[in-house]
Amino acid sequence: MDKTVFAESFALDNAAKDIVEIRRRIKYEGELDKSFRDKIAKSAHGEKLYGCIQCGTCSAACPVSHYMDYTPRKIIQMVREGFKEEVLTSSTVWLCASCYACTVECPKGIKITDVMYALKRESILGNYYPKKSPASILANNFFNQVLNNGRNSEGPLLIKMYLKTNPFMLFKNMALGFKLWMRGRISLKTEKIKDRKALKKLLQSVEDKSNYKVKVNSSSLKEASAV
Amino acid sequence: MKYIYYPGCSLKSTGKLYEESLLAVFDALDIKYEELKDWNCCGATAYMAVDEKKAFVLAARNIALAEQQFKEEEEVNIVAPCSACYMILLKTQKFLEDNPEDMAVIKAALKESGLDYSAKAKIRHPIDVLVNDVGVQEITRRINKPLKGIRVASYYGCQTVRPYSTFDDQRNPVTMDELFKAAGAEVVEWTMKTRCCGASLTGTIQEVALPLSYIILHEAKKRRADVVTTACSLCQFNLECYQTNIDAKFKTDTKIDVIYFTQLLGLALGLDPKKLGINRLFAQPENLYKIMEGGKPVYV
Ligand code: SF4
Ligand code: SF4
Repeated sequence: MDKTVFAESFALDNAAKDIVEIRRRIKYEGELDKSFRDKIAKSAHGEKLYGCIQCGTCSAACPVSHYMDYTPRKIIQMVREGFKEEVLTSSTVWLCASCYACTVECPKGIKITDVMYALKRESILGNYYPKKSPASILANNFFNQVLNNGRNSEGPLLIKMYLKTNPFMLFKNMALGFKLWMRGRISLKTEKIKDRKALKKLLQSVEDKSNYKVKVNSSSLKEASAV
Repeated sequence: MKYIYYPGCSLKSTGKLYEESLLAVFDALDIKYEELKDWNCCGATAYMAVDEKKAFVLAARNIALAEQQFKEEEEVNIVAPCSACYMILLKTQKFLEDNPEDMAVIKAALKESGLDYSAKAKIRHPIDVLVNDVGVQEITRRINKPLKGIRVASYYGCQTVRPYSTFDDQRNPVTMDELFKAAGAEVVEWTMKTRCCGASLTGTIQEVALPLSYIILHEAKKRRADVVTTACSLCQFNLECYQTNIDAKFKTDTKIDVIYFTQLLGLALGLDPKKLGINRLFAQPENLYKIMEGGKPVYV
């Protein structure tokens, strides 16, 4: 999206665009999604994102912040400013291991882990998530497995994930899988509960009433794929 | 008092040795328990990332099932050994308490399948049960083979003590250390007790996950620990089963025994290693046996 806006406003010709990829690193106020903050705050149970004092304690406490493209502190700021696409397509969302270190340390009591969960959900709902990222695929597959069987079967789950993302990883992890299997620690059987029908009904019954149903407009989708 | 045992998916597969050792220790200490009937997935991390409401429903169903199964009992204490299960059950209770509207929706949904959620169940971690219900004194009395000379690095993992759990300190937990001190071991002072092990990232984004496990193992070795004990199935799996990968990546030697705290406690109680699922470990803890024998087990 940045690219197109830039090209339009500065009348950059096509030839120049082919030579270098031009990306603007800032955003104009009009391009920000001001409703994003409230949506995320609501989804994360009224988290008071306004209250963040940008102290950076969360980023310091986070064991993976140095791998993220935006640290937790930055993410909070970007959410309140409305940098929707940047946040939802960032690696941060899927690198968060949900360890709650940030949440426990935040001096303003902001539940950053819950904000990250809200972003994960928003990223899936809005179709922003990296399609080949194992983390999001795992979450999705896990979800479906439990919906249908009530339990999670680690063996089949991992195999499916690797096949969908990186079959090479499956091969790489085969030795590990075999070691586990030898010790009776993994099986290829799908675990199921008895009362699957009731469970499915139960899960579906909260679907309609769920306040978390966001309709994604098609324009934001297009933007997402352009970035 | 009797407990409801909620295994969760992992204690039936990669964490099978956790289940075996936990139940063996419970039996040895005369702790009565019943497994939760027709339990379902707890709705942990990955589920929460897709649909939070459903994750809460999954957890609430387990709690409601427990309440139904223990209708006759005075108290409903659910023992959830996997940290992720433990945390999500606590989180669900807290969330429903704080959000009466959601509570009403979920209660109604559960009612339709004949379940009643009354929120009276207590969610307990096995460490909590051992330290606070059985008591360190009683455990000291039951120690058969003291862990003399063994240096233990207790590793609690992230979700065992935060953010909702209250049985120990969130930054520097000590309950597991107390157990091992009671069992005669030396405990290692270190700052890695609650640092993230990489969680499910080891399966998804290894470049990020392996360094996390590496730091923990490295620190434990640096402090001359003989063994790292864990209280969560994912932690144990990450710290033990990826050691070869870690060593290859960092050109180092992180070989150290990583076993469940219930396994080490079981050994100290004098239980048969087979009953404790020790044979399911990737490497047999020969080192520990040697120290234990060299330390000449004193029978109390
Ligand atoms: S720790 Fe809390 S207040 Fe500080 S930057 Fe992070 S979210 Fe903001
Ligand atoms: S919960 Fe996520 S963002 Fe917070 S410290 Fe852990 S990994 Fe970092």
